[in-house]
Amino acid sequence: MKLNQLTLTQALAGIKAQKFSAREVYDACVAAIKEKNPDLHAFLDHTDGSNYQDRGRFHGLPLAIKDNFCTHEFQTRASSAVLDGFHAPYQATVVNKLAEAGFSFLGKTNMDAWAHGSSTETSDYGPTKNPRNPAHAPGGSSGGSAAAVAADMCLAALGSETAGSVRQPAAWCGCVGFRPSYGRASRYGVIAMASSTDSPGFLAKTTADAALLTPLICGPDPYDATSSPEKFPDLSPHLATSLKGKKIGFLYLDIPGLESTRAYYEQAWRDLEKLGAQVSAATARDPQEAIGVYTVVQRSEVASNLGRYDGLRYGHTRDHFGAEARRRIMLGTFLLSQGYADKYYVQAQKVRTLFMQDFARLFSEFDILVSPVSPSFAKTLGSSEGNALFGELEDIFVEPSAICGLPAGSVPCYHDPATNLYLGLNIMAPFHHETDVIEVMSAFETGTHWNSWHNQEK
Amino acid sequence: MTNTTYDTNFVRHIGTLAKLDLTDEQAAQLAGEFQDSMPVVDALLKIDTTGLAPTYQVNSLSNVTHPDVVDEAHMFSQKQALANAPRQHDGYFVVERVIDHEA
Repeated sequence: MKLNQLTLTQALAGIKAQKFSAREVYDACVAAIKEKNPDLHAFLDHTDGSNYQDRGRFHGLPLAIKDNFCTHEFQTRASSAVLDGFHAPYQATVVNKLAEAGFSFLGKTNMDAWAHGSSTETSDYGPTKNPRNPAHAPGGSSGGSAAAVAADMCLAALGSETAGSVRQPAAWCGCVGFRPSYGRASRYGVIAMASSTDSPGFLAKTTADAALLTPLICGPDPYDATSSPEKFPDLSPHLATSLKGKKIGFLYLDIPGLESTRAYYEQAWRDLEKLGAQVSAATARDPQEAIGVYTVVQRSEVASNLGRYDGLRYGHTRDHFGAEARRRIMLGTFLLSQGYADKYYVQAQKVRTLFMQDFARLFSEFDILVSPVSPSFAKTLGSSEGNALFGELEDIFVEPSAICGLPAGSVPCYHDPATNLYLGLNIMAPFHHETDVIEVMSAFETGTHWNSWHNQEK
Repeated sequence: MTNTTYDTNFVRHIGTLAKLDLTDEQAAQLAGEFQDSMPVVDALLKIDTTGLAPTYQVNSLSNVTHPDVVDEAHMFSQKQALANAPRQHDGYFVVERVIDHEA
């Protein structure tokens, strides 16, 4: 097996046992990028192999970073032509934290421009192909990060989620996605999209890797007033092999549109029961309403956040916005305009309150909620074109928890041998209960054979 | 409040507010997209939210303040601040003139 195919956990064990060096793992990832990236286009910018630095606890092991995190080593564009050539004068807090932990950075991964989308097709630099099946999209907006992990071009990749931008590409690319609660990881130096829901997270090969990485980027940050002052827990002690005594609610299986995939999610239900969990169908508010809330909140916050791009201090002029960004700025500008802000923006925030109350009710009955991540397998490249609400419809099952800032993850729960594509199981816990999500993700991975890297570790 | 017609005149008005210069083709396309998107948004208006407070953010923090001290490690030099500016003059950003005529 090549060293780039290792999980982070395996790489650390191999280095400790002196079987190989971190430098060799880094070199293997750079070689994989040079071989695969011209076709897959997961990275917009990547190192030529000269930025390895042995520093700290993680020995300079290589990670990839989504292009909406400001970095010293690479330009930061959020996949938008507006920021072409932009070299950030400061680095995101979470990137600083990863550097301090001792990681090297391979490069910046492709995404939907400004993270507007769920396919990575709205990137102003062209789409990324899904490494599992290159006729298909990787999902998004962290599609480049998910593809880089799935193609073993890195050990793990930093991503970010506003609706489902970590979980959905993880599901479509057959890897693991995990996002802590809103406010756990600092947004300082992350190109702002929807400030009330943006949350950094990881695309990783296994739950154990995500559990190792996530605490490194979490904790209070004086530069982000919305960052939580509470100490973030260690996640690794919560890796589990049994779900005995857990009460799990299964959501959304009765929603129309799941006809072709429902049977596989029902299998996941039985797998959870085999692990000892008590699983029942749970009924939540109609997720269609969450699409409405998300559309209003996201478009409004986008219109406000993207108002700063005037091409005077940095970046290019506003005519460089792509079609998707233009569409979102326009809708948000209207929703916030005089006479409409109360009607739409405030009403959407009140419906968000209803979703918060709904989750509080559900979590009084269940320890954990699970659902499909996506109604479908990865769509073919080109599917998002001309659909103003493509992302919203693809993210219908992950949006309710995202607008409430809940911690959540996705693990592979089916692999279709004919297309080599995957489905993901969405696992959600109450606010700040990251440890519960990790418990269920890891137990599910242990009790099933869908995660290829987890199999390789056995 | 009267019902809004999502036509190209409406789109051009919003484009002015958003500081986006739109071509005729873009305006026509955006009008169609408004018509596609607004039913999802308008559906929210049917939900009864009487007596509910809006949730603007989810982590219940309020009045988060900074210690009032100068953080020199966290300041840009003039050179750094200007490094990405496409137009500059004598150490300043060059901005568009906003007053065209003398009164």
